[in-house]
This record gives sequence, structure tokens and C-alpha cells, in this order.
Amino acid sequence: MLRYILGKLALIIPTFIGITILAFGFVRILPGDPVLVLAGERGLSPERHTALMHQFGFDLPIWQQYLTYLTNILGGDFGTSFSTKTPVLKDFLVRFPATVELAIFAMIFAVIFGVAFGIFAAIRRGSWFDQLTMGTALAGYSMPIFWWGLLLIIVFSGTLHWTPVSGRIDLLYFFKPVTGFMTIDSLISGQKGAFRSAVSHLILPTIVLGTIPLAVIARQTRSAMLEVLGEDYVRTARAKGLAPRRVIGLHAFRNALIPVVTTIGLQVGTLLTGAILTESIFSWPGIGKWMIDAISKRDYFTVQGGLLLIALIVMSVNLIVDVLYAVINPRIRAN
Amino acid sequence: MTNEGPATIEAATVVKPQDARLQMFAEFWHYFSINKGAVIGLFVFALLILVAIFAPLLAPHSPDDQFRDFFLTPPAWQEGGNAQFLLGTDAVGRDMLSRLIYGSRFSLAIGFVVVTTALISGVILGLLAGYCRGWVDTLIMRIMDIILAFPSLLLALVLVAVLGPGLVNAMIAIAFVLQPHFARLTRAAVMAEKTREYVVSAKVAGASHLRLMLVTILPNCIAPLIVQATLSFSNAILEAAALGFLGMGAQPPTPEWGTMLAEAREFILRAWWVVTFPGLAILITVFAINLIGDGLRDALDPKLKRS
Repeated sequence: MLRYILGKLALIIPTFIGITILAFGFVRILPGDPVLVLAGERGLSPERHTALMHQFGFDLPIWQQYLTYLTNILGGDFGTSFSTKTPVLKDFLVRFPATVELAIFAMIFAVIFGVAFGIFAAIRRGSWFDQLTMGTALAGYSMPIFWWGLLLIIVFSGTLHWTPVSGRIDLLYFFKPVTGFMTIDSLISGQKGAFRSAVSHLILPTIVLGTIPLAVIARQTRSAMLEVLGEDYVRTARAKGLAPRRVIGLHAFRNALIPVVTTIGLQVGTLLTGAILTESIFSWPGIGKWMIDAISKRDYFTVQGGLLLIALIVMSVNLIVDVLYAVINPRIRAN
Repeated sequence: MTNEGPATIEAATVVKPQDARLQMFAEFWHYFSINKGAVIGLFVFALLILVAIFAPLLAPHSPDDQFRDFFLTPPAWQEGGNAQFLLGTDAVGRDMLSRLIYGSRFSLAIGFVVVTTALISGVILGLLAGYCRGWVDTLIMRIMDIILAFPSLLLALVLVAVLGPGLVNAMIAIAFVLQPHFARLTRAAVMAEKTREYVVSAKVAGASHLRLMLVTILPNCIAPLIVQATLSFSNAILEAAALGFLGMGAQPPTPEWGTMLAEAREFILRAWWVVTFPGLAILITVFAINLIGDGLRDALDPKLKRS
């Protein structure tokens, strides 16, 4: 097992270097020299220009610049934002909990409904329920989620006034972040109605972000269940007279879970892509909105640092999924 | 009589290549048409292509004409609607229906251009990696891994930020993030086929590397590529619309569906139609293509066929 994990880690090193090269190259391939690009339309005096070139180390040979960049990253320095003048890592960490909170809720929503629909569709294969669920799942998978979010706002916020339009909590409530998770912090604060407000702000973004993973998980659960239900050991379990509930719950579902777990892990990239759009629609102050704002403000150091941090997260999650997969399924380790 | 025997057998066993192709297509259609959803998807998709081709004939107005007396007119069936504008008008008085009809041209063109670009570059890289192995393989596949480490929309966004916002740059960026999938698939298929007997015999017969790659091996890797191309087609449309929505894709006043949504955003609580219809158009198009993709996978996957 340890050898398997070490092997996976060794594979990650070249990818990590590649990711840093890509993030490093990003600011360098912008047309014009980086200082001019960062200065934007304000213009710079030649002296200030030379001073800035020196300050950022742009006057050094390119390989030396990269080595400095790599050393900084390994030391936890992901650059400094050009607009807020704070370290990119700090800006990132302030916003990250908001995205994680939203992603966790979206994933719980997607897994509960996706697995349930998938199992029932598989058990009643070919029935109208199966066809309806799978048709809806494919529609969900085809959903432009930015539009889906706007539609939900029109119906639930605009017409029915059930949910708020944007943000994480009502402006009435203010408290110091402890965990960064609004649902937990609101409970800690003990303010009346704060928790309720936090949850009501979460509902629509959760549905929007969870829609595509839900569709993917439902389809995957169904096909995994169908495969397992045709296996000999399920037939044996049925033949020896076990209750259908026990056959499906104990024998079939546990084995169908393996591909489902992998699918759930693979959805993390989708979630981050979705977070960019969802956060932008609901003005959710997470890393997706932060990146969009940085791109539109041309704050290239933030974009560079954010890109790298997000890629590192995706990479780590994929590694964890690989290892978990090997833990659940011994056949993988043997290979 | 005695001479005729072998000749008849020969005539019966040698099937003309054209007939063989026809037979293959008939078999494919048999399996594809079992999936009713796929047939419906194909029908809708064909209809969309026709709409895109005949847009100037079908659209009641020009997509850019601004009717100054009809800002945010509701759809014709609603109170305050006007029969002249079936699906209503947008904030500057342009006919929604005409813009949606012209918009189909952009979405389909985006799909075709992006998939063709991603397919060609991905297949070349995958062929090279799978055929040459060794350091070429390692280098190419590591680069593909790096691209896949980024969430696709984020990488596309950043690329567009570098290249400058616009439809062409958005298409380049999306093709770039989609091609690793083609490269991976081609490589896997090539590696599976490479040691088969027909490849070895072609090699012994003196076929060049290029011929082995393109003429001998590639045609046998087509099935998974077709399925992937269909899925990428719908992905390309979705991502281009998302980029347009975020202001980084096609720029106003282009009637691209995602861009239309971005323009409509500030009116969502006042004029539901400017938000609803462009999104519905994206959903229908992508849904139809995904239905076709499901059908293609069922029809082309030999494992499923036998069961």
C-alpha cells in the first residue's frame, strides 16, 4: 500500500512542475513586458519602469526568474495582489471556506439524490420512472448552470420571495468568522435568525452547483447497480431467499459503490468550474468570484497565484481519490 | 459445370467494399435507432442545422435592428405583447426570436470548429504517444495531465485573458482544454491495436511508420473518438456560452446565446423572457447532442451490443 502511494506521489512531481511552469509562463506570455501590462493605461516613467522591473526580478534571466518563483512557492509565497497589495495566499484563504462550504452542501445534495434516483432507476429498469429519471439526468447534465441559476432566482426570489437573491447571509447579521463556514459561525454567534439566514442563502447556490454532479452520479449509480445486479453473487443471494431489500442494500449497493465513489471524487474539478459560474451569479464571496474579479481587474499576480492554488487542490484531491480507490478495491493495488 | 463451382464461391465471399460499408452503416443504424432518445436528438440537431443555414429566410427581423418603440416588449401571447415580436424584444428593442435564430449559427460553428481543432491536434498527439512510446509518450502525456489538472473553464478563462476576449480566442482556448481527452483516448486505442496481427503483418509487408499510424491503425480507433467528439461538441457549446456569459467570449452585439444572457442579466426580475429563451436554446441544443452521444455509445460499443 505504501509503495502504491509513493508511486502515485512520484508521478505527481512532474505534473506539479508543469503546473508551476504554466502558471509562471502565464504572466510572461502576455503581450508587452509584464510591468507595462500590470501598470495598465496609467503609464509609467522610465525610471519607475526600471525600478519595478528590478523589484519584481523581471530583469533577470528567465530560468533564474522561474527558480525564484518556484522557491517562493515552496516557501508558501504565491505572489502579492497588484490591486489589494495583500499576499495572494492570504486573499485565497479568506475566501476559500466560502467555496468549500458551498461545495460541501452541493455535494451532499448531489450524492443523496443522485444515489437514490440511480438505485431506484436500476431496480425498476425500463419502467417509466427509470426513463423519466434518466431523461431528467441527461437534461441536468446538459444544463447551462449560469442560466439555471438565473431561472431559479426569477422563480424563487423574484416571484415567490422564498429565498434571497445573493450573498452568504443577511446584512443585519455581523460576526467575526471563526471557522469561515457561515452555517457554523452563525450558530456560534448565537444571534437569533442568523443560522436560518445563512441556510436560506445557501439553498439556491447549492441546487445550482449540485445539478451537474447529481446528474452524473445518478447515471453512474444506475449503470453500476445494473452491472452488479447481473452478477452471480447477487443471484445467489436472491436464490437463497434473502429479502430484496437486503440483496440490494447489502450485496448489490456495496459493490456498486466503488465506481460511484470514484465518480464523486472526479466531480471536484466540475465543482470548481461550476463554482466560478455559481459564485458569479449569486455574488458568493468565494474563490470563483475572486478569480473572475481578478481577471476583469487585470490583477495578473492574483490570477497567477489563484490558478496555481486551484490546480494544486484539484491535484491533491485526485491523489486522495486514487488512494481511497485502492483502499476500497484491492484489485487496483495488485495492478 | 465443374469449372463454375469455385468461381461462384469466390463471387459470394468477396464483398465489394461499398457493400460492406453499407452493411456496416445498416448495422450501426439498427443499434442506434433502438435508442428512441438518440433518434429524437438527431432530429432536433438536424432541425437546428437547417435553422442555422436558413437563418436569413426564417428570421422575421435582422438580429441587429433596434425598434425604438419596443423596448423590453413581452412575448406575443402575454399582455402588452406584439404579434410582430413573437418572443418579445430585448432592452434595446431587438427581436428575441431573430437573435435566437441567428445565434444558432454561432453555437453550431463553435461546436464544429472547436471539436475539429481539438480532434485533429489530440489525435496527432495521441497517435505519436501511443505509437512511439518512450520519452515522446511520457512528454506528451505529462503535458496532457498538466492541462487536465486545471478546471477546464478556469483555464479557458485565463487563456482568453491572455489572448484577449473574443469569440475566436474563446474557441482556441476551449479547443486547447478539450484536446487532452482526444489524445488520451487515441493513445489507449493505438496501444491496444499496435500489437494486433494485422498491424504486424502490415509492418512486415513494409508499410512506413506514417502509413501504419494513419492508414492501418487509426481507422480502427474511430469508434471511441466519435463518441468523445459528440460529448466535446456539447461541452464546447456550454463552455463558449459560459465564457460569453462571463464577458470573455463573443462580444456584444453578437447574438451568441451566452452573450445574450450576460446582457439580459440585469433585467431578470423585470423581463423573464430575455433570460429564459437564450438559456432554453442552449439547453435544447446541448441536450439533443448529448442524446445523440448516448445513442452513439450504445451503437458503437461492442461490449454493450452483445448483451
